[in-house]
Amino acid sequence: MALLEVNNLRTSFFTDAGEVKAVNGISFSLDHGKVLGIVGESGSGKSVTAYSILQILASTAKINPESSIKFDGQELVGSGEKVMRKIRGNKISIIFQDPMTSLNPTYTIGHQLMEAIMLHTPRNKQQARERALEMLRLVNINEPEKRMKQYPFEFSGGMRQRIVIAMALACEPDILIADEPTTALDVTIQAQILELMNSLQKELGMAIIMITHDLGVVAQMCDEVIVMYAGSICEQGTAEEIFYNPKHEYTKGLMRSIPTTSTLGTKLQPITGTPIDLLNMPEGCPFAPRCDAAMKACIYKHPENVLINNDHAASCWMNIKEGIEDGSITRLDGTDIAEGGNDNE
Amino acid sequence: MNDEIIKTPQDNSEAPLVEVKNLKQYFNINTGLFKSKPLKAVDGISFTIGEGETLGLVGESGCGKTTVGRTLLHLYKPTAGEVYYRGNKIVTPHDIKEFRKHATMVFQDPYSSLNPRMTVADIIGEPLDIHNMYESKAERQEKILELMDHVGLNSEHASRYAHEFSGGQRQRIGIARALAINPDFIVCDEPVSALDVSIQAQIINMFDELQEKIGLSYLFIAHDLLVVRHISNRIAVMYLGKMVELADATEIYDHPLHPYSRALISAVPVPDPNIAKANQRIALGGDIPSPLNAPSGCPFRTRCPYATEQCAAEMPEFKEVYKGHFVACHNLDKVN
Repeated sequence: MALLEVNNLRTSFFTDAGEVKAVNGISFSLDHGKVLGIVGESGSGKSVTAYSILQILASTAKINPESSIKFDGQELVGSGEKVMRKIRGNKISIIFQDPMTSLNPTYTIGHQLMEAIMLHTPRNKQQARERALEMLRLVNINEPEKRMKQYPFEFSGGMRQRIVIAMALACEPDILIADEPTTALDVTIQAQILELMNSLQKELGMAIIMITHDLGVVAQMCDEVIVMYAGSICEQGTAEEIFYNPKHEYTKGLMRSIPTTSTLGTKLQPITGTPIDLLNMPEGCPFAPRCDAAMKACIYKHPENVLINNDHAASCWMNIKEGIEDGSITRLDGTDIAEGGNDNE
Repeated sequence: MNDEIIKTPQDNSEAPLVEVKNLKQYFNINTGLFKSKPLKAVDGISFTIGEGETLGLVGESGCGKTTVGRTLLHLYKPTAGEVYYRGNKIVTPHDIKEFRKHATMVFQDPYSSLNPRMTVADIIGEPLDIHNMYESKAERQEKILELMDHVGLNSEHASRYAHEFSGGQRQRIGIARALAINPDFIVCDEPVSALDVSIQAQIINMFDELQEKIGLSYLFIAHDLLVVRHISNRIAVMYLGKMVELADATEIYDHPLHPYSRALISAVPVPDPNIAKANQRIALGGDIPSPLNAPSGCPFRTRCPYATEQCAAEMPEFKEVYKGHFVACHNLDKVN
């Protein structure tokens, strides 16, 4: 059984202007000790996915009660605050983009670390202190005894992010959600933090959900990748499959947009247009208005998610069209795509 | 005939478009009631930018790259050093105004760099007003629409306000404003870092096309090395207010000499899993020191694995080691 199973997750924000379907029916699973990357542009719903798992959404947001999020077999949707408080920080931890805003400026970092440890584990003050020191050493903070007595403003951005990581890992969670953990940091500091997360992941064996917009970070860190656009998953699969064999026009467009060695001296090929307005979602594929390969079917009907191979699924009519023609693709449940439900003509 | 042309300050056709000599910018920071201390944001930087050339300026936050751009345009009064435009030194307020008819800036944040109370037409038209660049209202309007067309904005957007646009479109408005004066030099201060990847590529291409079409020169300030390498002819690397390396874009990317440039380039996440996972990153210990308490000598010595006593004693000279490849390091033989 997978550690985390998300099934048909729908999260909407109810605003004065109408319902914003931030996450619109996504499903994925995460196994023990795996690193899953969720990539997408701003507004694609990647952070809302993470917040939905932990149920730390704004009060205007609602998770559709038919959605299912199973952690270790336990259903989290509709489970109530009491259950969630036991999960948060203890079983599933999160680190945020900006390390300054996730630390309380009025308490020492020792206080904040120990608070989290004592809340979630049956340790007394002395034991919690020892655990906090141990965690600071683990994330390579020098002189942890002295550092425990200091306030967040006395640390640099990279060190703050280390402390946040130490705090998130102090209770040995099964899953660490990292929401753009290095976006606010400089390249060399980013490299330090990614390296640290990598080695901690190997040492402690937790699973990581890495949310980022940087495909470079994904390539370096992740075993599996989910590409999101406008609240839906376009494509998911192993990192190798997504990077070397992208099957969704959006993923292909993203790859072409990044300057690399092979684009030197040539023009980049950007995706045209701008991201869609989540208030006015089209009926068909949300990417169709920007897609160069869009067909009639794309505008009228949302494409089904189909398996490209065992490690790779994508929801793009192009693949379905090709797959029907050569019979090479199957539905996720293994049935033949050409039989039934094939009303895209 | 070998007619010797006597170069007057007005006619200096051989001079580079923009030249910066030993530019310094110190900010006084209050450290106590009656105490203040200079923060050396930019500390003695020299470079040239030729016509139609793009110089990329990279470095981490706080290294002074934005200050270089702003001081160059005299948005800040330089503490010391000289700026030349086509061989003419910029000194008086009149020089500055003349210079700004040819040189301008695109800012990082497309949200805070546009006045929310002005329409797009007024934002783009403001430089035209300042420099009296039209004869009649109709001409102004015509120029504005032409500029909007240039950057891919529809004419019906002219009467809208900035908040009605997405980040990418706002950046287009900012670029149209910069183009209004018909510049030949633009300081681009992280113009794409606030944008999504797919939009980023659109804007980068636009900078490329404008350069081809009207021969613009750019000082392209960014922290994303992949973007900088794509757009620049030459790249300069800064660390704590000092320039540590300057060379051809591909040269510096393939054969960086300074230990900091090497670490920086090796830290860039490559969007290719096989390369990224096999990549040997040069790990730098520690953090960037505060520019208020910059280390003596070479600013990088506190994080440099090759640092010696000499590095603490004196700042290495910024010298040309190969043709067009400048480095400031005492221990080049050890590093390479």
